[in-house]
Amino acid sequence: MSTQQQLIIIGNGMVGHHLVEQLVDNGGLERYQVTVFGEERHRAYDRVHLSEYFSGRDAESLALCEADYYAVSGVELRTGEAVIEIDRDQQEVVTDQGRYPYDRVVLATGSFPFVPPIPGNDRDGCLVYRTLDDLDDIRAAAENATTGVVVGGGLLGLEAANALRGLNLDTAVVEFASRLMPMQVDNEGGELLREKIEALGVQVLTERATQRIEDGEASRHRMVFQDDKVLETDLIVFSAGIRPRDQLARDCGLEIGERGGVVVDNQCLTSDPAILAIGEVALWNQSIFGLVAPGYQMAKTALSTLTDGDTQFGGADMSTKLKLLGVDVGSIGDAHGNQNPGARMFRYLDPIKQEYRKLVVSSDGKKLLGAMLVGDNGVYDTLLQYYSNGIELPDEPASLILPQSSGAAPTLGPGALPETATICSCHNVSKGDICASIDAGAIDLGGVKGDTKASTGCGGCTALLKSVVDHELEARGVEVDKSICEHFAHTRQELYDIVRVEGIKTFSELIAKHGNQDTHCLGCDICKPAVASILASCFNEPITDAAHIPLQDTNDTFMANMQKNGTYSVVPRVAGGEITPDKLIVLGEVAKKYSLYSKVTGGQRIDLFGARLEDLPDIWSELIAAGFETGHAYGKSLRTVKSCVGSTWCRYGVQDSVGMAIQLENRYKGLRSPHKIKFGVSGCTRECAEAQSKDIGIIATENGWNLYVCGNGGMRPRHAELFATDLDDEQLYRTIDRFLMFYVRTADRLQRTSVWRENLDGGLEYLKEVILEDSLGINDELERQMQSVVDTYQCEWADAISDPEKLKRFRSFVNDDRPDPSIIMTSERGQLRPA
Amino acid sequence: MTATALKKEMDSVDTQHTEAWQKVCTKADLVAFSGVAAWLETAEGPAQVAIFYLPVGPDTPSLPDHSTELYALDHHDPFSSANVIARGIVGDLKGATVVASPVYKQHFRLADGQCLEDESVKLRTWKIEFKDDEVWIEG
Repeated sequence: MSTQQQLIIIGNGMVGHHLVEQLVDNGGLERYQVTVFGEERHRAYDRVHLSEYFSGRDAESLALCEADYYAVSGVELRTGEAVIEIDRDQQEVVTDQGRYPYDRVVLATGSFPFVPPIPGNDRDGCLVYRTLDDLDDIRAAAENATTGVVVGGGLLGLEAANALRGLNLDTAVVEFASRLMPMQVDNEGGELLREKIEALGVQVLTERATQRIEDGEASRHRMVFQDDKVLETDLIVFSAGIRPRDQLARDCGLEIGERGGVVVDNQCLTSDPAILAIGEVALWNQSIFGLVAPGYQMAKTALSTLTDGDTQFGGADMSTKLKLLGVDVGSIGDAHGNQNPGARMFRYLDPIKQEYRKLVVSSDGKKLLGAMLVGDNGVYDTLLQYYSNGIELPDEPASLILPQSSGAAPTLGPGALPETATICSCHNVSKGDICASIDAGAIDLGGVKGDTKASTGCGGCTALLKSVVDHELEARGVEVDKSICEHFAHTRQELYDIVRVEGIKTFSELIAKHGNQDTHCLGCDICKPAVASILASCFNEPITDAAHIPLQDTNDTFMANMQKNGTYSVVPRVAGGEITPDKLIVLGEVAKKYSLYSKVTGGQRIDLFGARLEDLPDIWSELIAAGFETGHAYGKSLRTVKSCVGSTWCRYGVQDSVGMAIQLENRYKGLRSPHKIKFGVSGCTRECAEAQSKDIGIIATENGWNLYVCGNGGMRPRHAELFATDLDDEQLYRTIDRFLMFYVRTADRLQRTSVWRENLDGGLEYLKEVILEDSLGINDELERQMQSVVDTYQCEWADAISDPEKLKRFRSFVNDDRPDPSIIMTSERGQLRPA
Repeated sequence: MTATALKKEMDSVDTQHTEAWQKVCTKADLVAFSGVAAWLETAEGPAQVAIFYLPVGPDTPSLPDHSTELYALDHHDPFSSANVIARGIVGDLKGATVVASPVYKQHFRLADGQCLEDESVKLRTWKIEFKDDEVWIEG
């Protein structure tokens, strides 16, 4: 459109990206042709969860949008191109690659980490913690380091300390003030925080001003403090606060605050009305807002300003709920109680449980002005609602922070919240917005999230959002239907429990006793395979037995994978990917004899395609005679345990990964589960088996095995999460036994471990409690159950070819021996394929 | 009623259709609550037929219109163009007895071959009966 104006957004951080989303979603692109400059090479990513970069997430999974989002939306994103000047006279933005004319500019350049002016602060291995590239630098420097120090004990400093711990460094935090997180907590809270963090093995040094950094004796650096005490370390990360990146604005003469920051008004306009500023670079009412939620509010204000709306930025609540180094810290409003004369304080300190809670209450005792939490954020959501909605406090406000057993007030239910209550502050979603979404047709949490974006920012409101959605759905009489299909008013998990508890061994018994009375009782292609899988997990009878065969998908029925022309593929088990030359020759001979297309799979075995139904028994007779067994490539069951060659051959291997892979594959082969399961075992940290993309990943260490769980490749890749470290062989089997059986018990039908894990209330911590600490007291049972599956394993194909009754089905036609004449093959690259 | 008597009765009722009834297999060839395929020579040429057997007995599910235990439909799946219908899972959906294609999972009514997901698609059906332990198809 010729009337389009040029809008340039400088900065592609979280706030800059949010503005782009706002423009895209609200028709802003009809008016503006938008160009975004990002100095970093990555497109916008989630800086809030940056430390997860060291616990398995990569740049792609931290990205805030799909790789083609900008292109598809029609916004030009120029990453790796830094703006060096705003030429206000010419109305042009200048980069090292060119000059770009503008009608409007939005500055979203964010902030940079403040590095204290200490001599030696520019030594090699003195780094900052802000961007993905910074993290790459930290990771590289950590390779040859054993100790690390973070300068700064605030929010970001503790995040950085967590990152250094994640790199297995002995970590210390050095703070100038007398306590950690001086902005958020008081002395009592700070002391508790120190105890908890020291208990994690992180050294905490407060009231330490670093004077200089010089060569160390035992380590690379030595930090010298004001009292001449010293601390030696290999790596130093500065995280002593942030400063607005306002240089571009300074250079072009925009009004700047005394201590930095581009001055903006309520419309986010700078002193030049063609230029706006949002996020951490913007100074509003003498304040910089260093959180993502106010930044998003500024982005919405900027959208309004750019499109002649009247939304104004009116400041932002800096209340925040964090989990730092696993320690809950919450801060609401005037947490220190020093902004409201006459405010009264309630404090609760539990030195055993290490919990500290403080309320700041108005002089009449009616309103909550602020709150501080250390050790447990359980009451944060409730307190925040009292605070932000001005809800009148109960007669005894202290009841809000007392332990539940002392008759504490019940938490503020979702029903008690007013329509205006903000549920998600990142995306500014109110309870009213959620109700509107439900009234417009959203029927579950996912629908509401999709409509409103609630809980897709920092994720802090997840639990609250769920309770509001559930409450509102119930209020509308919606019963969330989790039935597996029309034949059972039960989830897969419930069916599993019924089968186990009542010892039901057939589908017909299950549907007769527990099926819906108002449907007919044949079952369907949803519930039948699901129940077949449950029965197999529990009792492990051959799936081709007469009672079970009508339940199976065609792949399980014929124990091969149906291809698009009705032929099957055959995959014998090659445990751990290890195969003798003799067996390789047999595979080749069988493939040749039955004209099978051969391809090596991603799971280190060989797939033989194009087998005709009637040839399957003969093919398997020959394979079994040569010592092969079924590979369950057709089943929702253990597929492969991929391995690298390990210490047997590899110069770097520290354990026998192939041996372990074979052990594991033989242990779990035949286990029927909600979906397929893949393993990987790597013999060293180089991870050549790509174990972290598997449901179960095992990586050898000097001392044993590290176990990772719930990874996935495929459509939605997910890195597996570290679950337990340095296990010996026995511990490894026990832990996997429990984990797999717990998954088999509780997952939905066709739910991989990765999705199961993401939907598991309580997440990884809960899973660890159940599996490692036996919090449910079920581990003996889980192990017994797995042992029973292991003990009753039999090769399904060996069972089938010894039973003429079972082989009856492997005929193309019951009344004619001819093969199906409509299967036609053609030749390509020396092999047959469907014509 | 003997098989011969039944056949005579069929022939007399079905005067418009002169195709012969053919024996395709015996009860022992069938798989209860599932399907097998048969090769049929008909007046229009050869056909691959999927035969489903839903036995009626004291311990078997009660179904709507479960007067018949046998169904014969096209073995050919029009969505995948593969001959695989007999290898699908038999079930009931919203009151109708159906088979799900094992390839792309469309459902076909056993009684008349109608596809539930696409009303323009319908499989052919054949009359099929037990004559004692033998399975006979008209085609």
